Amino acid sequence: MSYKNVIQTINKKFPEALVNECENKGQREITLAKSQFYETMRVLQENPDLPYDLLIDILGIDYTPRTPRFDLVYVLLSTKDFSRLIVRLKAEEGEEIPSVSSIWHSADWAEREVYDLMGIPFSDHPDLKRILTWKNFEGHPLRKDFPLEGKDFDKPFDPETIEDYT
Amino acid sequence: MAESKKMYLNMGPHHPATHGVLRIELELEGETIVNATPRIGYLHRGIEKLAENRNYQQIIPLTDRLDYASASANNMGYCVTVEKLMGIEVPKRAQYLRVIMAELARIMGHHLWIGTHALDIGAMSVVFYAFRDREMIMDINEEVAGYRLTPTFFRIGGVAHDATPKFIEMVRDFVKWFPKGLDGYHKLLTENKIWTTRTMDIGTISAEEAVNYGFTGPSLRGSGVAYDLRKAFPYSSYDDFDFQIPVGDKGDVYDRYLVRMEEFSQSLKIIDQAIENLPEGPVTVDNPWISNPELDEVQKDISALIRRFMIHVKGPVAPEAEVYHAVEGAKGELGFYLVGDGSEHPYRLKIRSPCFYLASALPRLMIGHMVADAIAIIGSIDVVLGEIDR
Amino acid sequence: MGIENYLQGENYMVTSLTKLVNWSRSNSVWPCTFGLACCALEMIASTLSNFDISRFGSEVFRPSPRQADLLIVSGTLTKKMSVMVKRVYDQMADPKWVIAMGSCSSCGGVFQTYAVVQGVDQIIPVDVYIPGCPPRPEAVLAGLMKIQEKIRTERLDQRPDFTG
Repeated sequence: MSYKNVIQTINKKFPEALVNECENKGQREITLAKSQFYETMRVLQENPDLPYDLLIDILGIDYTPRTPRFDLVYVLLSTKDFSRLIVRLKAEEGEEIPSVSSIWHSADWAEREVYDLMGIPFSDHPDLKRILTWKNFEGHPLRKDFPLEGKDFDKPFDPETIEDYT
Repeated sequence: MAESKKMYLNMGPHHPATHGVLRIELELEGETIVNATPRIGYLHRGIEKLAENRNYQQIIPLTDRLDYASASANNMGYCVTVEKLMGIEVPKRAQYLRVIMAELARIMGHHLWIGTHALDIGAMSVVFYAFRDREMIMDINEEVAGYRLTPTFFRIGGVAHDATPKFIEMVRDFVKWFPKGLDGYHKLLTENKIWTTRTMDIGTISAEEAVNYGFTGPSLRGSGVAYDLRKAFPYSSYDDFDFQIPVGDKGDVYDRYLVRMEEFSQSLKIIDQAIENLPEGPVTVDNPWISNPELDEVQKDISALIRRFMIHVKGPVAPEAEVYHAVEGAKGELGFYLVGDGSEHPYRLKIRSPCFYLASALPRLMIGHMVADAIAIIGSIDVVLGEIDR
Repeated sequence: MGIENYLQGENYMVTSLTKLVNWSRSNSVWPCTFGLACCALEMIASTLSNFDISRFGSEVFRPSPRQADLLIVSGTLTKKMSVMVKRVYDQMADPKWVIAMGSCSSCGGVFQTYAVVQGVDQIIPVDVYIPGCPPRPEAVLAGLMKIQEKIRTERLDQRPDFTG
């Protein structure tokens, strides 16, 4: 009941934001459009019926050669009745997505990881730097066109080539 | 009045605590921390990229090496997610054996936590007792799977083989012995004046802030939110067992300590119920494309040999679907987002590790405290770097 | 028991300096804790009560490399961490030895990926390799005994740090 209230609130306030709403293997899933994405996420966190206050995870999926190339998936949880919601967003290559780190603090490092491994930039992020690889790493490892073993796998490794944030 | 200058101190990736290769850059004014920046990635091995090139069965040993302090709990998370994606129903005996191994792994992980946390604060004798008890669980692991630290006992659709009578006897002996060991830790630490002074009102975080920072597991329960995946989203017949969830109220280091100490006894209760009520039956699902045929069949029948070959080389095939499932690991919510594409490799595997979000909140917990308290805080949130960096 | 059995008469003993120095070095090898990943837990288990390492002379594990003789690299070496390994190895005082513990530090292990160095011997010279994933504590003790054997059969003027 409260989930339907949340969907109605979103549809009333931002009529173009909700592109799709379905249920997939018992899991609620909504797809949002990029316009008014930040405001919709704020409504999801702040609405009094069913506030989704725990951002569990953010991940990117590379669907090459489809355009738009990437799918951003946000997994949310509400501690009121312990129900999950999956939010999807399609992103082009190089398109900047508004950051939700001012809504949930856990998005800070999760977005840095998506930027590092997938190459999706976020706007208004407090500190968008690489987090798991190093400063002069070339490329984004989890993209489908990046080889598993990286470049120069058969040559001996020289630690002088690594430059990191100090 | 002299102006105080800031000092920059690097708690480098090589430091003597077993928390692994975590690097924290501290800005100090005197002895008080003004800012802290954790830097991770020194153990980034590329497990997610490697998983895109391996079968579903071949990824199970990789998941063992995530939270290497409590290895079987990660196996549980991955196998349960794959079974949800493929729609496989695991038999009851295998579910109970999985619960026993996962709860033993949780106890093992908490032993490492209490040993090293007490060692960092200064109580050196606890680590010897903790590792003595850990060795008992490692003997059980070795009996059932051959490996001490990373037993890869789980398979897609069940477990590798049935439990021997020696295994059941060893688990029963452990259940009988462990309350005395736990009593020993309580006597050493819980009412100890030095321990309470060093851990009370340190690293306090309220429930709303902890939820906003993405905390799950014992660190969140120490702040007062009763979120445990074994009760909220029951999996692998956890709803057959009777156990409670300990919850703290202040959210400081001492509350998180008490929550984990109580979790020891609750896990022991679950193991006791599981081993006493172990049902009879098969230990893998009855599907010829997933479970191995018996060894004597393989040696006599050519079709069983071909089937065994195909299962090991190719393995089960997933439908084109996406699923998210999470289990209660020793540190919190261990989640797997799995995208299948109709072949025997996953298209994308994302591992939601609980310690990643706990480590990101270190600046919020540490600012305003002194350097020695920072060590207590890192110990209380119990990070394992294999899980953060994957 | 002990040296008293060998004392006779005026208590003179004839030996070579090499043998004396090697005997004392091999029986007091102090490791440096360099636990990177899962192998670190088995290294710790080999120091605690069930598999005591101090009966072999490794009484204390020094966290500072300047006070240690032996570097046990236990766990996966990633490219980001390789800079630190080189720095720690350079800070150790001579004579020093290195054990590569586990499959990941011997040859890269299971992880043949873009971020893992395929063996720590690409960066620093290794004396003994201990295979296993992770190796049992008894294997760590066997590796330590091999280092002790290697030290006992060394010639002092053929060591890499000899400047005479």
